[in-house]
Amino acid sequence: MRLVRRFGLLAVLAASLVALCLFAAGSGQVDVPPAEVLGSLLHHLGLDLGPEPSAIQGENALWIVRFPRVLLAVVTGAALGCAGALMQGVFGNPLAEPGVIGVSWGAAVGAATVIVFGLTALGNWTIVAAAFCCGLLTTLLVYSMSRSNGRTEVVTLLLTGIAVNAVATAALGLLMFASTNDGLRAITSWQLGSLAGATWNSVAIVGPVAIVGCAASFGLAGRLDLLSLGERTARHLGVHVERLRFAGIVLIALLTSSAVAFSGIIAFVGLVVPHLVRMVAGPGHRILLPASALGGACLLVAADLVARTAVDFQELPLGVLTSVVGGPFFFWLLRRTRARSGGWG
Amino acid sequence: MIRRRTRTPGDGVAMTVRGLGVRRGARPILSGVDLDIRPGEILALVGPNGAGKSTLLGALCGDLPAEGSIDLDGRPLDAWRPVELAMRRAILSQRNTLAFAFTVEEIVRMGRAPWAGTSHAEDDDRAVARAMEDADVARFAGRRHPELSGGEQARVALARVLAQSAPIVLLDEPTAALDVRHQELVFAVARRQAAEGRAIVAVVHDLALAAAHADRIAVLSAGTLAACGPPGEVLAGELLSEVYEHPIEVLPHPRTGRPMVLPVRD
Repeated sequence: MRLVRRFGLLAVLAASLVALCLFAAGSGQVDVPPAEVLGSLLHHLGLDLGPEPSAIQGENALWIVRFPRVLLAVVTGAALGCAGALMQGVFGNPLAEPGVIGVSWGAAVGAATVIVFGLTALGNWTIVAAAFCCGLLTTLLVYSMSRSNGRTEVVTLLLTGIAVNAVATAALGLLMFASTNDGLRAITSWQLGSLAGATWNSVAIVGPVAIVGCAASFGLAGRLDLLSLGERTARHLGVHVERLRFAGIVLIALLTSSAVAFSGIIAFVGLVVPHLVRMVAGPGHRILLPASALGGACLLVAADLVARTAVDFQELPLGVLTSVVGGPFFFWLLRRTRARSGGWG
Repeated sequence: MIRRRTRTPGDGVAMTVRGLGVRRGARPILSGVDLDIRPGEILALVGPNGAGKSTLLGALCGDLPAEGSIDLDGRPLDAWRPVELAMRRAILSQRNTLAFAFTVEEIVRMGRAPWAGTSHAEDDDRAVARAMEDADVARFAGRRHPELSGGEQARVALARVLAQSAPIVLLDEPTAALDVRHQELVFAVARRQAAEGRAIVAVVHDLALAAAHADRIAVLSAGTLAACGPPGEVLAGELLSEVYEHPIEVLPHPRTGRPMVLPVRD
């Protein structure tokens, strides 16, 4: 029964994601019904099936603007959802999330540096690489600072997050101060989080990184389950804890930086999605990680659809939208965790 | 990376401890401990608070840096890989926290992790079912860990340790949170495990329990081994009175004849 529920969840999420993508790709100023979106896709794959877009400029709207954007939402959402679940597993704490504890902001400083100074040492990959380096450093810093006696206490974790966010925000402020008008606009839109700049190029960079990161993190699932028994007990059960932790931290930085590199800071996806998945399918990481990736993708495709269609001829910032929902959710989670552990002491 | 072959344990896995010492800072907590852990018997570690019982167990687990030598299955403890250690010894700690709300059965199944990918993995279902019966947790197999009482959580941890099916079982105060029925149940399980050829080492606070169930008793006093042997030899009023700094008398049980340990009360 439980098995049915777990794999059922994955199937439902995957089906919803496909449906959402078809719908989202067709919605916007040029309206294309989902059937025509599917038809256009199949025609491009060489299959003569289904109707082609009937709207003027429909084909162009789909292939130049919408598909890259929807795909970027998919890989970014998957990376964020997976990174959140992974981080919670590694920290042994359901409140850990890349945005909340500052890793996203650390990665943002790296990416903003590249934007402001126009660095191109690694071509198209420069932004992702810089985000990854800074994200990794931040994750290591937060991890080493928030642990004591083999545990991560909630208070220490969140306070460390505040400190890291303060430093990263200051660094971003300095970069804005030092930058030209163009750089300023780029950094601002990026702090708010947006997929408006999606191109095939960005999908080609973020996609592989996110896919590799997600796949590698699924490989840690069994050991992450054991780690929830505590570091010592996990070691007693044969887990090489140091190695697991290191692999986890590198993957968190990889997933976070791939998500942050082109879309900026989109907070709380990695908090809300894994939590909802646990409520349905339990905390086992073998289902939690893939389901969080799928769920994150669904959430972000839907949120981006709202962001670009809610107000005519204008875009709501995506990061603001997720924070409006995620903030109160975080608050509720915090209250509940506190009630369960009988105060922070 | 070269993948080394994982060595699964054979029969008669034992531990040999020679000249074991543990320091915390400059202060020695344990020194000069010689101990043999043999298959087929229950060894109880007893002693007053702060005598070094849990430290000794921690050193046996490999959790603490120690002087001297600890050999497990013919090799030094630190020469084994974590997963090979986990195939040879299972450990019940005193603190059993859980970061996420797994169900009882899921937790017990985690005990099978070391055997994943070996031929022993076929026994997973049987070992889990038996461990849950033995620790008396099968009745609430589907419940989530935070919903359980302290004693129930302790038994779930025990079931996880039993499911691991390691030839050496190290238990740190396995009866601390349990009522009388479950205290006796734990030692009945330990007896059966020993009869199957496993070596059981248990830190026991209650001298009466140690007297009733252990094959050998090691008495620790201020970080050294004061005595080690069968209950009939070790449990003498004079020695215990000295170690515990309280007058203690040992009487034969009127029915079974096993030693009974009682503090002297007027």
